[in-house]
Amino acid sequence: MQESTDRTFWEYLAYISENHSPLDFVLVWDHIDRFLWGTLLTLEITCLALLIGGLLSVPMAIARAYRHRWLNFPIWCFTYFFRGTPLLVQTYLLYYGLAQFDAVRESFLWEPVLSSAWWCALIAFTLNTAGYTTEFLRGSIVTTPSGEIEAARACGMSPLTMMRRIVLPSAFRRALPAYSNEVIFMLHSSVVLSTITLQDILGAGRWLNGRYYLAYEGFITAMLFYMVLVFIISRGFKLWEKHWLGHLRQRETDDASVTAKAN
Amino acid sequence: MESVWNYRALLFDGAMVTVQLALGALLLSVLLGLIGAMAKLSHNRLSQKLAGAYTTLIRGVPDLVLMMLLFYGGQQILNDVGELTGLWDYLEINQFSAGIFSIGFVFGAYMTETFRGAILAIPRGQIEAGIAFGMTPMKIFRRITWPQMVRFALPSFTNNWLVLVKATALVSVIGLHDLVWNASTAGRSVREPFTFMFAVLMIYLLLTAVSDVGLRWLDRKYSVGVRQV
Repeated sequence: MQESTDRTFWEYLAYISENHSPLDFVLVWDHIDRFLWGTLLTLEITCLALLIGGLLSVPMAIARAYRHRWLNFPIWCFTYFFRGTPLLVQTYLLYYGLAQFDAVRESFLWEPVLSSAWWCALIAFTLNTAGYTTEFLRGSIVTTPSGEIEAARACGMSPLTMMRRIVLPSAFRRALPAYSNEVIFMLHSSVVLSTITLQDILGAGRWLNGRYYLAYEGFITAMLFYMVLVFIISRGFKLWEKHWLGHLRQRETDDASVTAKAN
Repeated sequence: MESVWNYRALLFDGAMVTVQLALGALLLSVLLGLIGAMAKLSHNRLSQKLAGAYTTLIRGVPDLVLMMLLFYGGQQILNDVGELTGLWDYLEINQFSAGIFSIGFVFGAYMTETFRGAILAIPRGQIEAGIAFGMTPMKIFRRITWPQMVRFALPSFTNNWLVLVKATALVSVIGLHDLVWNASTAGRSVREPFTFMFAVLMIYLLLTAVSDVGLRWLDRKYSVGVRQV
């Protein structure tokens, strides 16, 4: 008895969803696994690119900040190139472009790495985020308060110790708000994945629309997935900033508390 | 390189489409940004909420998703509404207008934040002085708010513009014959995709470099009389 009413309820819901709802939510629900796999791919490539790109950017930012004699200019060219051009075209250049060269096609890297969309996307994303991260990290290293450096020198720290204990921790903290923007920007840019045949969140939406000849269900669902991810990321960074930048936050001084203290 | 030269007309046409698209989207985004900033700074609770929802939505959704939603879904909605009301027959959203509207809409949100910050940076006393002089709100905007707002907004505006130019590459995905589309078609037909994509990168680099120089000139012009730290 219970089972039969249950079934009719689902049938009824499917009927409503298909014929009377502006958005066929039962259909979306039936294929939600595609979107979850897509989320996994989006997160996988975005996180790996951010991790590797972030690691690459630290030495490059140091070299730029201290104007290393030979490294400064090449690194500047690298960041200028990657920041001045669209990620979509950078990815196309790797994925569609490299096949032009016989030497690349015959090399040992072709089969496992350079012919795969996943690897090409990862390489392009990594270099792209490394370019952006290098520049704002350089900015925050350059603006280290000179008092901190002088104090480190006065304590007799070697340049390496000073870098490790004073300059970098302080620069990372100040770069954190910019970095949260970079992470969200990277997540937004990851839609490029769906243009080189990978099934990321948008790829799942495009697949759903193509399969059932729909106009917007897939895109709306993808949109909601991205919004949830961005929400989680910005919440996470808020907490992180609270933890790391607590000492820089302005004290809450509304008029009442000021007068209270004055009394 | 020779093949790129042979296809120069196609690339030039594509670049022109890209530039027109970017300028159109910029115009729309500045308009939306001004409206958004006014709404955020107004005392009306509803318009504050609406503008807040707008910027939150845009921060949460990638531009290509909105573009596709507008291009494929907007088409459907437009025609459904037309059928329902009988006001118009079949309408088609072309790729160019879908590109302008979605990119303009996205960057309107960023411009909102830019302009809001710039207006807030103007000392309140100057506005009050304007009121004390008996200036009309329009005159205050023209003589006090605008010239300083431009100065405060320019760095962030420059940044938005550079990101916007790069975002135009995405319209090739919905099939607009812009620079990227034309170059990949040409690259495929002569089997030199790398050369053509590299040429596209160089053209984008040229576009961003030129606008960087131009906006820096504008920045100097609007910062006359202000001491730089």
